[in-house]
Order: sequence, then C-alpha cells, then structure tokens
Amino acid sequence: MGNPNRVKAESGFMRWVDDRFPATQMWQEHLSQYYAPKNFNVWYFFGSLALLVLVNQILTGVWLTMSYNPSAEGAFASVEYIMRDVEWGWLIRYMHSTGASAFFVVVYLHMFRAMLYGSYKAPRELVWIFGMAIYLALMAEAFMGYLLPWGQMSYWGAQVIISLFSAIPAIGPDLAQWVRGDYLISGITLNRFFALHVVALPIVILALVVLHIIALHEVGSNNPDGIDIKAKKDEAGKPVDGIPFHPYYTVKDIFGVAMFLFVFCAVLFYFPEGGGYFLEKPNFEPANPLKTPDHIAPVWYFTPFYAILRAITFSIFGLDAKFLGVVFMGAAIAVLFVLPWLDRSPVNSMRYKGWISKVMLLLFAISFVILGVLGVLPATDGRTVLAQVCTAIYFAFFLLMPFYTRMEKTKPIPERVTG
Amino acid sequence: MADNGVNKGRRRLLLGATTVMGAVGAVGVAVPFVSSWQPSAKARAAGAPVQADVSKLEPGQRMTVEWRGRPVWIINRTPEMIERTEGFDPSRLADPDSEEPQQPNYVEGPLRSIRPEIGVLIGICTHLGCSPLFRPEPNAEGVGTDDWPGGFFCPCHGSRFDLAGRVFRNVPAPTNLEVPPYRFESDSVIVVGEDEEAA
Repeated sequence: MGNPNRVKAESGFMRWVDDRFPATQMWQEHLSQYYAPKNFNVWYFFGSLALLVLVNQILTGVWLTMSYNPSAEGAFASVEYIMRDVEWGWLIRYMHSTGASAFFVVVYLHMFRAMLYGSYKAPRELVWIFGMAIYLALMAEAFMGYLLPWGQMSYWGAQVIISLFSAIPAIGPDLAQWVRGDYLISGITLNRFFALHVVALPIVILALVVLHIIALHEVGSNNPDGIDIKAKKDEAGKPVDGIPFHPYYTVKDIFGVAMFLFVFCAVLFYFPEGGGYFLEKPNFEPANPLKTPDHIAPVWYFTPFYAILRAITFSIFGLDAKFLGVVFMGAAIAVLFVLPWLDRSPVNSMRYKGWISKVMLLLFAISFVILGVLGVLPATDGRTVLAQVCTAIYFAFFLLMPFYTRMEKTKPIPERVTG
Repeated sequence: MADNGVNKGRRRLLLGATTVMGAVGAVGVAVPFVSSWQPSAKARAAGAPVQADVSKLEPGQRMTVEWRGRPVWIINRTPEMIERTEGFDPSRLADPDSEEPQQPNYVEGPLRSIRPEIGVLIGICTHLGCSPLFRPEPNAEGVGTDDWPGGFFCPCHGSRFDLAGRVFRNVPAPTNLEVPPYRFESDSVIVVGEDEEAA
C-alpha cells in the first residue's frame, strides 16, 4: 500500500499510518534526519521563537474573539470587559498585546541574523522572499489589530496610515475611501479590519510560514560561517558538520524558549503597557473622530518607516513631498525583497566579508534604530535633518551594495565550520 | 499517455480558450468582492451632501449646518470684515497662504472661499476638536489679544482663527480650520460636500 519509495515503519501502528500518510517520512525529513550545521549560535534562536509567538498570538487571539465585540459602539467597552470582568481576560489580552511587540522583536533579530550571515544568498533567495512576505503580512496584521480596541490612538493611527493612500495621485482619495468603506473611519472600517485580522491574514501568514520552512528544508540552513555543509559528507552521505535537528536543536531551542519566557513574562506581568510603547496612553480613551490627540505616533515597530515617510519634506520631479514620502516608505520595504541580488560578495558571512560591508551593516543597523526613535518623537527641524541622514544611510546600504560587496577584499573561507 | 494520434494544435487551442474563459470568470467573480468594500448605501446616505439657503443670511451673521457629523459654519462677511481679514498682518498667522492642505484647491486667496463674502468652514478646532466661538467684532473682549480682527476663538485652549479660518501663530492649534468641499447650486443655495467641478 502507498508509495513504496517512502521511508516506512517496520510494523505496528506506525506502519499502518505510513501506508496511508507519510508520517515517518516527514518526521525524518524535517526533524530526525534534517541535518543542520553544528555551529549555530545565539542568533539562531529567533526563528523558533517567532513560531512560538505565532502560536501564542493565534491561541490568545481566538480566546479574545470570544469576548470581543467588533462594533464602533461596543468595541472599546468589550475590551474593558475583557480586562475587568472576564476570568483571566486581562492575562489573555496582555499575552496578545505583548506578543505582538515580541513578534516584531524576534522577527527583527531574525532578519538581522540573515543579513549578518548572508542567509538570503543563493540558494536561499526564496527562503528570504517568503520571509519578507511574512514580515509584510505581519505588519498588515498588526496594523489592523491595533484598530480593534477602538481607542484614540487606534483611531488616529489608522487615520494617518489610511490617509497615506490618499497621497497617491489621481486614484488616491477614492482608494482611501474604498479601504475605509466610509467617508471617515467608522464602524464599517472596524468590521472589515476585524475580519481581515482574525480570519484572512492569519491564514495567509500560516501558509507563508509553511512555504518558508519547506523552502528552508529544501536547501538546508545557512550557518555563521556561511559555508555549505553539504560539500563535506561522510561515508553514509551525512554532512560531517551537520547534526540532526532533533534531538540536538529541539533541545537547544527549548533552552531558548525558557530564556525568552523569562523576558516575555517580566514584560507581561510587570510592564504590560511597555512604558506606553506597546499600548500607547491615548488608547485608554475611546475613539473620538472629533478630537485629535496632541501627538500621533505609530506603535514602535512601524516607527523606522514612519520616520522615513516624514523625512521627505521636499519635492522632486514635480511629485509633492507627501506622495514622495509614501514612495520612499514603500521603497524602504520593497528594497529588502531584492537584497539577495544586491549582494555580489563571493562569501556569505560577515565573518569573511571586507571591512566596508561590516561598516555598512553597522551604520545601517544604527540608522534603523535612530529612525525608530525619531518616528516616536514629534518632528522638529533638527530631528528632520537627522532622519534625512539616516534615510540616506538606509538606502545607501542597499543601493551601494552591488559595488562595495564586489570591490572589497574578502577573507578566505574555511573548509569546515569553525564552531 | 502515448503521444500518437494527439492533435496538439487543437489541444493547445482548447487549453488556451479554457484558460481565457476561466480568467474572465475569475475577474467577474472578483467584481462583487471588490465592490463590496465601497461605502454602503447606508454610509452614502449618512454622508450625503447637504444644502443650505444663504439668502436669509444677513451680512455679519453665521449659520451652522451639519455634514458628516460635523458642524459646518457658513458666514456672510461684511465689506469691513473682508477688509480687516485681507489686510491683517500675515506675520501673526501660522499659515497665511493656506499651504497646508486644509481646503479644496478651488478656494484661493486670504479669504479661502469661492465668493469673498460667503465663507464656509468646518467648525472644529484643529487642536483638540472643540467648537470655537464666533467673535466677529473687532477687538472683542476675552479673546486674549488686543489687536483682534474678528474671527473665531476656541474657549478650550485659547486657539485663535481669523474670519477666513486662518490660525494665529503661537496658539495650540497647528493648522487652519478645514474648508469642506462645497459649490453654489444657485445664487442663494450652497451644497456642502460636493466639489465645484462635480456640478
């Protein structure tokens, strides 16, 4: 029965299953016989942690849906109801809201790891692109989720972001109205964002995660040395520098999960509002279309891109500053997708790249953090100049990459991983 | 399957025709889903333009109509009011030339209106959404400045606007009062919520 070429259990219940479903085969391919490089370091925790946070978001999200009321009249009160009257509702909501910020923390570190060790380079371009698609879907998911409590910052944050569409020439205002489904953000917008946040986008994200992992397991994991472990195999055809994912990395990841939970629980129980950055203070007031908060700032994980948007205060080619800001913000995200083709270095890992690449990555990371800080603060003249400098560095890192990665002198790569 | 006897041309044609028909069907099915995101009939009715008869609005007076849940002021400016507004020292205003996009592009000049005498403004302070008071008389009491050209004073946090809705410098409100889209249906009837070109 079944496909005779598959690996199957000898006998018993698993044999019965394997004749009908490739359970043993999948277990071996993805866990017990999936050979990962033996030199993974601390940076390699964040992929499995992202998976953990995803499970947390889905579980707590389903439970929140049971008590939440997605209407303009009832949304804010139902969140208060969850916080005050639902048994353990406060914990489930804080797990969800803290989880949203934790998701972006681990995803940003996971992405930085890829940039550090060249994990996006051939043959892992599709792993990177699926990952970027997850990041994009995650931003949409977080943005729509933030409207649901229907607080002041929910409302005005969404107002600012949706009005970005209206900066597009010609079709802009109609497009913004189509997204809102009304002339202003209203219960109609809230309802559709709820549907997308709770049903449509989670399905998309889960599907993309499956594609991300299938693509990764097809080509195998990169490692801090950026060398191909499949180049050196023993007599049995196993990579000499590889170890099976299970039990070696499952056990390692459990340790990472424990460490992560220390930090996560400290925030969850002692700083669930994250000092006003995870849950912004104006959001403790119900949404009021007639009352604009003093200062509107997006949640922290969007602020680098928001700072780029605001840094564009000039117009070129007859395009006005507002539209140009939207273009630059879009380009800042789009350029990440083509990163695998911008890096022309013969080596993968930063360990063996030249000093220009190292300096550029450092400057890029610093600029990204500075932009993130600037995006939270109100704009002043001095800050705008700083944001413009950081934006220039951000784009220079990518656009000059084909040149500096080719011209710089790289170090010789080792034959075997260096531990 | 063996290749013999297969009419490849016909197979390709049928495959192509089926693909095209399928694509047309997919586009057709997408139409209701995409259109479903447009404002519903109920939302359109709630946001419909409103008409206002300005023939009974005496010079110097203001009337208020409601549009999309917000108060819209219509003021009939006297020649003196127009003169005071146009001649007001622009250095005391934050955005005297209306560079911020707070008005449709067909209202121009310091008066920010289609006709100089009729001003149309959304009566919501751009600071925190209070409704400012109408203080049209020059040097009115209690507006916090001695040299007052007549205008609007927000009692909540002291923001000041002139009779064209232009915001003063050094007040909490960041931008001029918003001018809604509007047009003249006839000499005496204003339609608020419809652009001039759409007429």
